[in-house]
Amino acid sequence: MPYGRRAPITQKGGKILRSFGVALWFMFLTFPIMVIKISPLEKNIEWRWGRMIYVGAGAFVLSLLWRYVIEQKRGPIPKEEADPLKVDTKDTGWNRGGSHSLQERLAIFFHKNKKFRILTFTGLFFIIAAFPFVFSTYQTSIIITALMYVMLGLGLNIVVGLAGLLDLGYVAFYASGAYFYALMNHHFGLGFWAALPMAGALAAIMGLLLGFPVLRLRGDYLAIVTLGFGEIIRLVLENWNEFSLGPSGIARIDRPGTLGIDFDLRDHTVYLYYIVVVLVAFTIIVVSRLRNSRIGRAWIALREDEVACQAMGIDKTKTKLTAFALGATWAGFVGCILAAKTTFINPASFTFMESAIILSIVVLGGMGSIFGIILGALVLILLPEYLRAFSEYRMLVFGASMVIIMVFRPQGIIGGTRKRHEFHVKEPTGEKP
Amino acid sequence: MDFGGLRALEKVDLYVAEAEIVAIIGPNGAGKTTFFNCITCVYQPHRGDMIIYPPGKASKSLNGLKPNTVTEMGIARTFQNIRLFKEMTVLENVMVGRHCRTRAGIAGAILCTRKTIREEQETLEFSYGMLRKVGLEKQTNEKASDLPYGAQRRLEIARALATEPFLLLLDEPAAGMNPSETAELDELISRIREEDGISILLIEHDMKLVMNISDRIYVLDYGHLIAEGTPQQVTGNPEVIKAYLGECFDA
Repeated sequence: MPYGRRAPITQKGGKILRSFGVALWFMFLTFPIMVIKISPLEKNIEWRWGRMIYVGAGAFVLSLLWRYVIEQKRGPIPKEEADPLKVDTKDTGWNRGGSHSLQERLAIFFHKNKKFRILTFTGLFFIIAAFPFVFSTYQTSIIITALMYVMLGLGLNIVVGLAGLLDLGYVAFYASGAYFYALMNHHFGLGFWAALPMAGALAAIMGLLLGFPVLRLRGDYLAIVTLGFGEIIRLVLENWNEFSLGPSGIARIDRPGTLGIDFDLRDHTVYLYYIVVVLVAFTIIVVSRLRNSRIGRAWIALREDEVACQAMGIDKTKTKLTAFALGATWAGFVGCILAAKTTFINPASFTFMESAIILSIVVLGGMGSIFGIILGALVLILLPEYLRAFSEYRMLVFGASMVIIMVFRPQGIIGGTRKRHEFHVKEPTGEKP
Repeated sequence: MDFGGLRALEKVDLYVAEAEIVAIIGPNGAGKTTFFNCITCVYQPHRGDMIIYPPGKASKSLNGLKPNTVTEMGIARTFQNIRLFKEMTVLENVMVGRHCRTRAGIAGAILCTRKTIREEQETLEFSYGMLRKVGLEKQTNEKASDLPYGAQRRLEIARALATEPFLLLLDEPAAGMNPSETAELDELISRIREEDGISILLIEHDMKLVMNISDRIYVLDYGHLIAEGTPQQVTGNPEVIKAYLGECFDA
């Protein structure tokens, strides 16, 4: 007789039991805030037991749902592993043509299907080109902001996604670009077009300045130092009144020059929209070329394994510094655009929150993947903007969507898995070292 | 070479001639890998000199150089615990090895100048040739971490060879390999020596492999060199048997 031995809980029963436990725990935790209501005026306590039931039921259902979804996610993996014999004998390990993920299959399809590719690009081109004439100035302005964040994300991607250097002070370069244009314009009347490349160059120099002292640091330590760097720049801007006009900021910065043609506000927005679109295109081209170049490979190698990277003859110092400098350059450009767009800047625009958002764009969108970062920036900037309707729940939805993405796609929306797809058909040529 | 109060290596005199295969053996903790790290300047030894005579070039001292400069001088290595760039493809791993032999800069990469494109093409072809040499040409686009263990080891060798070394340091290349993989490795190492005239210095615990391919063997124990000579001489050396080979060869 199986005394003292409990019947094995079936998977389903276990799940329900667990969820039940979670519900009880939630009811207990939320008891003080959801159930008890003390009104000091009437000096009595109101017990709202009904709410407790709602909490319990809600927690139970959500917990079940969560468990179910997680299981769905983990489901297929053990199945593949469960059949080791098959893998060993038939497959010989390499030829896994059928098991590409959806993303990879889409990428391959896109790569091979030239007609489809051209169609997509022309379609995209017309949508982008017509956008400001179809939608209102407000919409255009939001899109400009989103595109600016695309550039920032792509820039930070060089540092974080490719070179693997966690930089939490990226906003410092953004600020230096913005203040460079603002101050130059304020004091010397320097125009936008002259300031743009100079702001990029200045940010690159700032990147080098930050890069030198942190060459030996990695991971968390690097993150903390860069975080400090970002804060130092902001505090300097806030407190050095003679230099940066302090917390009150700089107002009446010139919009981008228009060769003497008179523009009203709407024209200016449209003009800026096209400037930003062109710059984003430029950024994409440059970043993707860099990524697949000798330098880009050195960055990725540095991220993957510092010791091996050095043993392969890559100069660690140089590689890190180029990553910092090239990453910062884009922040400088965008800073300059920001100053021209808002015509007013103050240190409050360059808090740590900005760095965090840009970093979330890179991480959520997919480290190292250009398309992913564009998508990430659009989602992260446009979502809060269009969720204004539910303004009370805006941050809640935002936070929840972040958690969900991190749980289900830790590699980001579009993971940067396949870096390159070279097909070597030239078998007969053979070795020629 | 000292770590705090521990003397990891003392008076290790060792030479490798051109196109020679030399093995370093010794019990765990004898200082073999430390010796590699000294040669590749990952550690800076406190005393002693490391001098190379690259074929056709003047002799040079390696003391005080950076690891990447050592590689540039023509000494490439693999690692005991495989250190591939896991997220990169097999081909890209080898292409990284070409880094110190190519010159394309940032501007070249952004502008896609003709020179850069040509160099990139050369890098591709060279790397592909290396993959053929180690027999991985079919896995060009696989992720490095997806390769089986033995193939990863061979990829590490290909990556090291891509730096065009004259001396190749292999740190336990056969560790964790099954007998057929070891046999393949044996053949590969001999082929590298014969085809390219590269000298090879290897650390290995697999005695069959060591005895098969090495011209000379050095035995390290507690940071000291206790024996050197041909495989026959070393196996006959009573001190070596005492320190290391004892059980293996008594049987």
